[in-house]
Amino acid sequence: MSKRFGKQLLAGPYLFWMIAFTIIPLIMMGVKGLTDSQGNFTLNNLMAMGNPVNSQALILSLELSLISTVLCLLLAYPLALILRNMGSGSNSLIVFLFVLPMWMNFLLRTFAWQTLLEKEGVINGLLSALGLPGINIINTPAAIVLGMVYNFLPFMVLPLYNALAKISDDVINAAHDLGANRAQTLVRVLIPQSLPGIISGITMVFVPALTTFVISDILGGAKILLIGNVIEQQFTVSYDWNTGAGLSIVLMIFVLASMALLNIFDKNGEGTVL
Amino acid sequence: MKKVLQKAYLALILIFLYAPILTLMVLSFNASKSRAKWGGFTLRWYQEMFDSSTIMDALYNSLSIALFAAIIATLIGVLACIGIQAMGKGPRAICMTLNNIPILNAEIVTGLSLMICFGAFGISLGYGTILVSHVAFCIPYVILSVMPRLKTTSSAAYEAAMDLGAPPIQAFFRVVLPDLMPGILSGFLLAFTMSLDDFVISYFTRGRGINTLSTLVYTQVRRGIVPTMYALSTVIFLAVLLFLLAQNFLPQQLEKLSRRHHARRAHE
Repeated sequence: MSKRFGKQLLAGPYLFWMIAFTIIPLIMMGVKGLTDSQGNFTLNNLMAMGNPVNSQALILSLELSLISTVLCLLLAYPLALILRNMGSGSNSLIVFLFVLPMWMNFLLRTFAWQTLLEKEGVINGLLSALGLPGINIINTPAAIVLGMVYNFLPFMVLPLYNALAKISDDVINAAHDLGANRAQTLVRVLIPQSLPGIISGITMVFVPALTTFVISDILGGAKILLIGNVIEQQFTVSYDWNTGAGLSIVLMIFVLASMALLNIFDKNGEGTVL
Repeated sequence: MKKVLQKAYLALILIFLYAPILTLMVLSFNASKSRAKWGGFTLRWYQEMFDSSTIMDALYNSLSIALFAAIIATLIGVLACIGIQAMGKGPRAICMTLNNIPILNAEIVTGLSLMICFGAFGISLGYGTILVSHVAFCIPYVILSVMPRLKTTSSAAYEAAMDLGAPPIQAFFRVVLPDLMPGILSGFLLAFTMSLDDFVISYFTRGRGINTLSTLVYTQVRRGIVPTMYALSTVIFLAVLLFLLAQNFLPQQLEKLSRRHHARRAHE
């Protein structure tokens, strides 16, 4: 017994680090968000989300991240299915190709789209060389959605592929033998069986898209405020940490609520992480 | 027909994923500062990049923070796995829930909460605070990589080693550790890449006067056209490519080695 306790002590540094640099900071943020600058209890910082500028930013964030998540799912599901059906062999290299951009520096990936979409950018340069009219989507919500889909697509592909690869060919053949056509197999077998992957993909795209401030900053030209930008500016521009923390708490509630909602669909709870 | 459509779809997505990166690579050799015109081939931006002490400092900070964060996180994480494994069901579940917090939490919230915390304790922001924060969000990934391997490693081999007279420490290093090695290595590499790629948490915990690559790109891009950033992108992409090739093929090699090691041991 004492030997076992000795072993348990090895988790000590871990517990220390997690408590000191994850739990305590979150508690401090909670305290900051629930007090005013004098340190008295208040709910005003949470209520600040009701202020039209902030609530509009939150609604726009919810809209854009929802659109991006749906687009990612629609693009990634066929992709993951094709990758799965290609079978093993050459397959690991191809999967590697699809997740490689995920590891390229996130800032540089977003910067790349700015370069492409700018008024004097690469796409417009090519279009005018061909004598075609230019496109003008930089600094619009469309550019932000494009940036989100581009940055987070691999996060959707990977869990979907992992979930689909687990489904054995026998199951699919059985469905065909029992008279299901392709569409029925997809709806009745593949989608339900890959649900944990779908859930985890949605989480991995929706949460970063909802909370980003970088993509909107670089592709929205600081003209379009998402909730991430509002919060970031509270801390770095107006130095109002209390309001910033209050808004962060509300944002966190939205994140947790969306994850709880997703978990209802995921009965096994397998898809929560990665 | 169906095969052709599938191939075409794969190709379209690959173009979507790689076209922006390739564009940056091409522009890095463009003598003209304009994004839309080709002004001839040059290596000037690479020269400027390597001569820029700001960029080189940021590169050094990013690499050294990623290396230290990965080493510390791996050490703490591996010890934690052994400790958690020895715990009862309840405490173990608590630890694993704790482990999910940094992974699932929004980065902006993690970053801001750390900034508030450092501020409240009067700790001035800089290299140290970035490192400490990176360790905090890297440990969970190490645990996720090592824990499954620890579960499949049977305690029988460890106990057999001790029955044969090996002290626990020796039994651990000669029997358990080689088995865990692939998990430890992939955890270490995952931590390293997570740290290297991080922007949000570094941005809030860095303070003034210190940059990592990500925060440097952010400030440079906000200032306008900076062709050196194209050169930087190209170098980083190639480095990531090499690194990932190694990451994908090294663990397999290690696995083979560890299996051979076991086989030889069994032979003796």
